[in-house]
Amino acid sequence: MPDTVTLEVQRYRPEEETGPAWQRYEVPFRPEWMVLDALNYIKDHLDGTLSYRWACRMGVCGSCGMLVNGEPVLTCATYLEELPHGSIRVEPLRGFPVIRDLIFDLTDFLNKLKRVSPWLVRKKEQPVADGEYRQTPDQLAEYKQYSMCINCMLCYSACPIYELEPEFIGPAAIALAQRYNHDSRDEGVQARMDVLSQHDGIWACTFVGECSAVCPTNVDPAAAIQRYKLSATLDWVKSTVLPWGKR
Amino acid sequence: MNPDYRPYHPKWHRTPIPIFWWVRKRAYLKFTARELTSLFVAYSAVLLMVHVRAAGGSEEAYERFISWLQSPLVVALHVVVFIALLCHTVTWLNLAPKAMVIRLGGRRLPDAAIVLGHYAAWLSVSGLLAWVLVGT
Amino acid sequence: MRRSQEPGLWALFSAGGMLAALVLPVLVAVLWIAAPLGWVELPTHANLRALIGHPLTRLVLFAVVSLALFHWAHRFRYTLYDGLQLYHLNQLIAIITYGTATVGTMVTGYALVVFP
Repeated sequence: MPDTVTLEVQRYRPEEETGPAWQRYEVPFRPEWMVLDALNYIKDHLDGTLSYRWACRMGVCGSCGMLVNGEPVLTCATYLEELPHGSIRVEPLRGFPVIRDLIFDLTDFLNKLKRVSPWLVRKKEQPVADGEYRQTPDQLAEYKQYSMCINCMLCYSACPIYELEPEFIGPAAIALAQRYNHDSRDEGVQARMDVLSQHDGIWACTFVGECSAVCPTNVDPAAAIQRYKLSATLDWVKSTVLPWGKR
Repeated sequence: MNPDYRPYHPKWHRTPIPIFWWVRKRAYLKFTARELTSLFVAYSAVLLMVHVRAAGGSEEAYERFISWLQSPLVVALHVVVFIALLCHTVTWLNLAPKAMVIRLGGRRLPDAAIVLGHYAAWLSVSGLLAWVLVGT
Repeated sequence: MRRSQEPGLWALFSAGGMLAALVLPVLVAVLWIAAPLGWVELPTHANLRALIGHPLTRLVLFAVVSLALFHWAHRFRYTLYDGLQLYHLNQLIAIITYGTATVGTMVTGYALVVFP
């Protein structure tokens, strides 16, 4: 077993450089280390100027997503050992503007997320005295999978359409819209449909399917989007082809 | 894309997208191949109508069309078309449960059952059409 | 244009994709591989005419050919649009692809109606 491993990290220091550059670091190889541990070693012992985001180290906060050997992954959940031998390439997630080193800007996603009203929409709030909104386990199961999203942006980075057409609302935001659409307590389906039935909503998607392949929590945004297309189409059939069946 | 769409700090770096972005990853290449099977779908649809038209013509004209179909190059082409159509069918049927949610007695049908149902339909339709063409 | 047309185009694309998936492989295998190689015997010219002459056959042929063309139009449109990044040609690509499918549908319908 080797005792060191080389990390090739993409640096971008806007005050010094006009574009990104690669930097190599030699770090100890430990079988229990994740890529994030290696980055922390660099930060602590080799180069304190390296910038990247991380917080929980346990796949919950969703802030340490990066491209490792070209694949979008959570660096806190990728063992050095499981990567092919040779140097490991670490880059910021693709598809976003890079602020510095491995840090990208996600303002665009945050603005899009707001557009799909990712909260329980009620036409009229029920008075507290009437008690809580009750839900059966079956009703919970309808949306639970979508609620596992940790906003790590791996799906956006895997989606070529988001990179090509940045107007596209994108996988996680649509999956989160479905999370509330399928919630028995929610009444916002129509408002979300109005936003998502546009071209920059569900129709820009051509079902590459990589968003679901890279999702660390198995949310399956690709399925969320295809189901949305089917329901939008059925809606359209009801209101256009069968005008008497208008909702 | 509208270049003014996403206002970002002038010092932020954006990596340009290569024109051949779809060869960057195996999955993208497979996706593009899947999308291009549509060319073979269109070809088969057109040839189907050419075949119908040949059948509507005189017997000699139909014989000429049949001998064209028998030339080795054309058969080879149609083997390629057949393989592409198989790719279309397999990818299409496997992805069907992603778009469909079928409920039976209040329970959601598992994805595997939906795929299996589609394969059964494919088999029956193929059997029926083969019987109509060859058995009559 | 988006709002009203995307669901309709997607419906045509999906219906075409499903029909193509179910019927085209066997048709290609029997009509254009097995029969030309002599593995199976196709109906004679007269029997084939009778078969196509049946209204049900014509209806099925029309649905398969027309929807398969729209399936191609939709997929190919986005392959050009995203694959080659031809965003500035969006309108032109849409007109050519869906236009071809529409003309193909009309020609098919005509050919099947006047089929001897």
